[in-house]
Amino acid sequence: MGYNSLFGEVVMEKRMTNNTALAVVSMALACGPAFAEMDLAGDWISYMHEDAMERGGGPFPVDYLGLPLNEQGRARALLYSASQIAMVERQCLYYTSVYLTGGPFGFKIWADTEPINGQTIALNISGTNDRAPIKIWMDGRPHPSKYAIHPIGGFATGIWEGDVLRVYMTHMKAGYLRRNGAPTSDQTTLTSHFIRHGDLLTVIAEIQDPVYLTEPIVISRNYRLGTNPIRPFDTPCIPGEEATRRPDTVPHYLPGKNPFIDEVSKLYNLPLEAVLGGAETLYPAYRKKLKPAYVPPEKCKSNCGYGGFTTGSSQ
Amino acid sequence: MKVSKNTLRIAVALALLPHIYGQGRGGPPPTPKAAAPVDLTGYWVSVINEDWRFRMVPPAKGDYQSVPMNADGIKAADAWDPSKDEAAGEQCKYYGAAAIMRNPGILHITWQDDDTLRVEMDAGTQTRLLHFGNWKAPGGEPTWQGDSVAQWEMPRAGRGPGPPEKPKSGDLKAITTHMRAGYLRKNGVPYSANALLTEYYDVIQGVDGNPWLIVTGVVDDPTYLRTPFMTSSNFKKLPNGSEWDTTPCSARW
Repeated sequence: MGYNSLFGEVVMEKRMTNNTALAVVSMALACGPAFAEMDLAGDWISYMHEDAMERGGGPFPVDYLGLPLNEQGRARALLYSASQIAMVERQCLYYTSVYLTGGPFGFKIWADTEPINGQTIALNISGTNDRAPIKIWMDGRPHPSKYAIHPIGGFATGIWEGDVLRVYMTHMKAGYLRRNGAPTSDQTTLTSHFIRHGDLLTVIAEIQDPVYLTEPIVISRNYRLGTNPIRPFDTPCIPGEEATRRPDTVPHYLPGKNPFIDEVSKLYNLPLEAVLGGAETLYPAYRKKLKPAYVPPEKCKSNCGYGGFTTGSSQ
Repeated sequence: MKVSKNTLRIAVALALLPHIYGQGRGGPPPTPKAAAPVDLTGYWVSVINEDWRFRMVPPAKGDYQSVPMNADGIKAADAWDPSKDEAAGEQCKYYGAAAIMRNPGILHITWQDDDTLRVEMDAGTQTRLLHFGNWKAPGGEPTWQGDSVAQWEMPRAGRGPGPPEKPKSGDLKAITTHMRAGYLRKNGVPYSANALLTEYYDVIQGVDGNPWLIVTGVVDDPTYLRTPFMTSSNFKKLPNGSEWDTTPCSARW
């Protein structure tokens, strides 16, 4: 190696050093304050301060208050008999991923990470003893074909919008909005926002169903970060024979024959129109229709709450 | 003194940094109105998909589902008598800050000034003021809407590539104290004058592109509650105020 060659290498190194410095400054310029995602990992305790009866003990057989059902949805709901739960093939239909916000349970969230670079591949929401775990793919993969199988947990992808996680879920099985037969079709989609404020997590679920709903349902639920670990996996609903029934029958009520149709109406002095749901009944203007005839029941006689309750989730 | 071209390049780049990043260190901070990471203004209508039976109509006396009342709370609720409230001129007990978002109605949110967000509600014809900055409460008797101190909550800045940007998300946090004792439910479920209300105002984009305002409220009241009472109320954005419909407070409806 001659002198010039050696000198040339030194010059090159110096140039590289200067260029590196320039690159560092350029990177500093380029690395603006983009905003980071939020850590959602942890064990989240459910607080049942809204819809406690529907989520906990269970709704009345005909109680579609607050649901924007269309005619088909209402008709199908009224055909439903709770004895269908004895049918192996229908036993688990309550527990699609809609049950995440429709049910009473809290959940654990944890991440699957790529082992080399630590990037999050997916976020997981633990299952309950009914609902299957939910995997939220964070790696940008597309949703499967509309002809693909609908697994019990659906198919979910997520993106960060600032520090809010937005999750889009498709490929759910047909099931129920409420545990009284208010239906969801297999075309239902669930768009959720996970918003964390300190140790408070709000999950907002927007349920769309072109088959049975006239407009989306928007439900928001609140959770507190807990210290008791929730099991990441539990046994999702596994159908089994639990009752004797004729194998060639589907328990149901024929149109116009549901014996529970006026139970809520009578118990709470509500017009049947409201009990059967519908978009109009969700808005403040509907109160003008309710006001002339409504007289509150004199005294609560059953399911009165006795101060309410909070449910943790320890399964 | 000989200065290399590269050194000059670095010096120029460093000199440009504050300009590129906006305010620099010497400029005044933006006002809360200018710094808003999310637009809360406009008309918002409540959509009652949840707790319909407790919100759209007055529930029966003694129907306390979901509310974690203690024994004193239940005793107070059992003594509820709307005629007494009317006689005492206290028809607005269910329209106080701790409960107003549960009322079906329309919110009209505007900036009263650079530091004050004004939240009007047609149900009960109420107005709340959410004060940013170093606002000091005036004192005096408690009011239905209490004293609210607000701040923006921004996502923490990361190290991602790209030019400086305004936060894509963020929310308003408000803490309200000095409220007049009222009801969490129309049927006399109580909160006391010692209650503290913490709220988060979040805006999300619905599937159809229409914004939704989610107001999450946590009521702490050791006088009448065993645990904080947490609810979140959902509002859909309206294009204008054509549906605005003020109604007076009512102890019975």
